[in-house]
Amino acid sequence: MRKFRQDAMRSFGSFGITFIWVTVGSWLIFMILLPQLIMLDFSFRPFLPLRKIGGPEDIYTLKNYIVLFTNEFHRAIFIKTIWTSVLVTTVALFVCYPIAFYLAKVARGARFAWILMGLIIPYWINELLRIFAWQLILADAGVLNKLLLAIDIISNPINFRAGNSAVIMGMVYAYILFMVFPLYNAIESLDRNQIDAARDLGSSWLRIHRRIVIPYAKPGIAVGCIMTFMLAAGSIAAPQLLGSPSSFWFSQVIYTNFECANWNQGAAYAMVLAGLCLIFIFAMLKIFKVDLKELAK
Amino acid sequence: MKSSNIVLKVVTGSYLVLFFVYLFLPLVFMSVVAFNTSSIPQVTPWEGFTLKWFGKLFGDSQMWDGLINSLIVAFFVVIISVPIGLGASLLLTRLQFKARNGLYAILVSPILMPGIILGISTFLFWDKAFHISGGLWTAIMGQSTFISGYCMLLIMARAQRFDKTQEDAAFDLGATHRQVFWKITLPFLRPALISAAALAFMQSFENYNTTLFAIGFEQTLPIYIGSKLRAFISPAMNALACIFIALTIAGVFVYEVMRRSESFKKS
Repeated sequence: MRKFRQDAMRSFGSFGITFIWVTVGSWLIFMILLPQLIMLDFSFRPFLPLRKIGGPEDIYTLKNYIVLFTNEFHRAIFIKTIWTSVLVTTVALFVCYPIAFYLAKVARGARFAWILMGLIIPYWINELLRIFAWQLILADAGVLNKLLLAIDIISNPINFRAGNSAVIMGMVYAYILFMVFPLYNAIESLDRNQIDAARDLGSSWLRIHRRIVIPYAKPGIAVGCIMTFMLAAGSIAAPQLLGSPSSFWFSQVIYTNFECANWNQGAAYAMVLAGLCLIFIFAMLKIFKVDLKELAK
Repeated sequence: MKSSNIVLKVVTGSYLVLFFVYLFLPLVFMSVVAFNTSSIPQVTPWEGFTLKWFGKLFGDSQMWDGLINSLIVAFFVVIISVPIGLGASLLLTRLQFKARNGLYAILVSPILMPGIILGISTFLFWDKAFHISGGLWTAIMGQSTFISGYCMLLIMARAQRFDKTQEDAAFDLGATHRQVFWKITLPFLRPALISAAALAFMQSFENYNTTLFAIGFEQTLPIYIGSKLRAFISPAMNALACIFIALTIAGVFVYEVMRRSESFKKS
């Protein structure tokens, strides 16, 4: 500790140390730790009318968490949220891997610049608007139904929004690019000579990818999967805009709780969602044998 | 060997084309609708070219209120997140301490968590601890929680390449910490600080998930868009989407041109 203080004093001086204390301290305490703790506290308290808060009934309870298991409707929605998020993540990984590899190791010059711009532009367009675009495509009188009717594949418009399919299509479209850039960043630093050497020695391209590129890209795959899963599991725009009353999403259950001022139930479900994402993060780190430090690359 | 190469090229090429058609065609549809006279947002039937939806959009005072709120929020998010990112990146790149990895994990965690969770926890915290109910301030706080993390990562990437001997030389020549910071550290980090500010602004301006839960009854532009798209969709939203797309394309081009002239100057 003394050495740490000396180092800090030598590098930053008292002014610098104060600056770091104030910025990092307030971020850590007032923006990250305390809000999470307050939310945790809310989640363990019963939902009571205002006059009873602080009274004898205001004791810690697991009730808000147990509801998730006893309420069949909520449980089904939660399970649906898990499998759809896994599905969206998997689709994004398979679709984006070839693109990321092409951009990182094959494309050169003007073509590289065009592809990069083609990826950045939709990436920076508001999530809501990208999902809105699919409202127009998937509506009863939307582009897709009109196309299918015109080429006589169907005789009546399909109601895409009745089930989960519209929400899933919207999510894949909205979050797919969050997979491309982590993959690209990881593959980009791979030495081309390794690929060339393997090819000269007669490896098929499948084998090159399996034995050289994919193992090298593991940290990027982990980050991409974590980001995509997190966005899908916590997505509220896609179900709000593309879902129907029959296809409720977990984020909407949380939102409804807040609309009815049941902050306690909402907080408990938010904690459950946070727990789900944490489990997924650790699973990814374990599966791809990646250290947390490598995530930032 | 030769023919399999050609096959691979054709497959890759068509895959790329398909992928970009998938990315851009929905955006094209969305923009085209903004110019269709039909009052239901649809591509076909085409009822004639019009600009009236833009007029309708500009006449909507809620849209302007949302835009102003978005600009206010984004401004403060930049003011808060960039210094926090700078402080954290200096702490993590310059000093060695036991809790370093643990601290790093906690500081990046808001980036890896769904935005709605940050929005909810911020809302509850300010309500409970300071009796400040949801509004622009809580939106600023909620967004800054994770945007500071992005700023930290961006600035750290550059800070790691810093040649510490420059600072040591300055100290040996009798410079004070303040002089070293303003004359050496800050100029070196300037490009990263500028990109961090730009990224923070854009992230804040686009944010929906965190803001929706944190902001209470106020509206930023994305919240306004969200409520409009949920209630009744009008081609005025397509007009707004069209403007967003045009601005994004322009922004990416300007950025690209700047980056190239920069690298041109260097070489």
